[in-house]
Amino acid sequence: MKYRLVVIGASLGGLNSLRGVLSALPGTFRPAVAIVQHRGADADDTLQFLLQKECAHLVREAEDKEAIVPGKIYLAPGGYHLMVEENHFVLSMEASVNYAQPSVDLLFKTAAEHFGSRVIGVVLTGTGRDGALGLAEIERCGGVALIESRRTAFAHEMPEAAIEATLHPIELKLEEIGPYLVKLDQERETK
Amino acid sequence: MVQRYGYDFRDYSMTSLKRRIHLAMQKEQGVHTISAYQDRILHDPEAMVRFLDVVSVDVTAMFREPAFYKAFRDKVVPALRELPLIRIWHAGCATGEEAYSMAIVLHEEGLLEKSRLYATDINQRLLEQGKGRIFAIRQMKDYTANYQKADGKSDFSDYYTARHDEVILRAFLGKNIVWAEHNLVSDSSFNEFHVVLCRNVMIYFNRKLQGRVHRLIYDSLPVAGVLGLGHGESLQLTPYENCYEVVDRAAKLFRKIR
Repeated sequence: MKYRLVVIGASLGGLNSLRGVLSALPGTFRPAVAIVQHRGADADDTLQFLLQKECAHLVREAEDKEAIVPGKIYLAPGGYHLMVEENHFVLSMEASVNYAQPSVDLLFKTAAEHFGSRVIGVVLTGTGRDGALGLAEIERCGGVALIESRRTAFAHEMPEAAIEATLHPIELKLEEIGPYLVKLDQERETK
Repeated sequence: MVQRYGYDFRDYSMTSLKRRIHLAMQKEQGVHTISAYQDRILHDPEAMVRFLDVVSVDVTAMFREPAFYKAFRDKVVPALRELPLIRIWHAGCATGEEAYSMAIVLHEEGLLEKSRLYATDINQRLLEQGKGRIFAIRQMKDYTANYQKADGKSDFSDYYTARHDEVILRAFLGKNIVWAEHNLVSDSSFNEFHVVLCRNVMIYFNRKLQGRVHRLIYDSLPVAGVLGLGHGESLQLTPYENCYEVVDRAAKLFRKIR
């Protein structure tokens, strides 16, 4: 398995884009998927419920120190930052980063640190610049940088900031992202 | 730092600790390397205080996660009514917002008079601030909304007096709170409690240290005692998973059964 972890960041307009990506992942998709969608601290389980309806995999809110298991989809709980440490997630309540909590950058940077070239980062629709630096870090560590095309993204700022920050990003329309992830999962190990 | 001050961060979760050490270093004037910063802290107790302020995450709010307080009222309070004296431990209380929120719940349930709330933290400065009962007025809008979502029985403004840009909580809410410095990393159990709340404190620890703290909590609870964790925390993977039953899954309330 060449890729172990897909990390996805979304803000304004994210529900529609997340549904689009997740609904295209078949039950055979192997990497774990971790999602940061910007939302309020007291958010309930509505987002989890809505995503689960579209999805062949189990969607759940990540718990502190929970092991990262292939084929599972993890959502950052409201009010926490979600980060990767070794082979598990850690949660933190420290202040907002780039005005955002949960922070896409924090998830992406820690994923790059611990999973290196086995990470695929995806920046979807959103306002602000969260995710741009994190995606650049994923790229620098040998991972893949995917960005939702401005042709389908509801809000352009996050995709634009990510394109600016990265060197070789792959820009895809929403309906192309899921199939592209499946294709990456089927790639052979090169080493 | 362990030898000089007794603070041991070795079993903290490295990912967020590293971030916060760098944050603390950026705020410290005139140090640019970790070794210089270490040197400063070891020779200057004031620098240690500043370090602790950044490293001990003190994000808190009154009635944070309102669903927790609602579940506590519905599912824990009835059992507390039977007790002659109620002891509750707020482990890692920071500036005491959770302890004051609990005092309000107990007051509304007619139980505050027979309750003792033990609010402990590693950071003495935060405890002093909590004792003062003073909070910024700009937070009151959020706190009021939380209080209402938590099924508050009164007007939240009944519990404080505003002056300038601050509010002071009414004195009776603090009367039964005992403030004490306590370090979950190195100190032991100091009493037996009917309820221990340790919410979003252990997320900054690694699994080994989480195990230690769970033992400390287990030792501080009688059978039927209640443990409350943060929304994102879990008893799974701890050595005490099978010693508790679920009181409310979403609110992360558990009852000791063995």
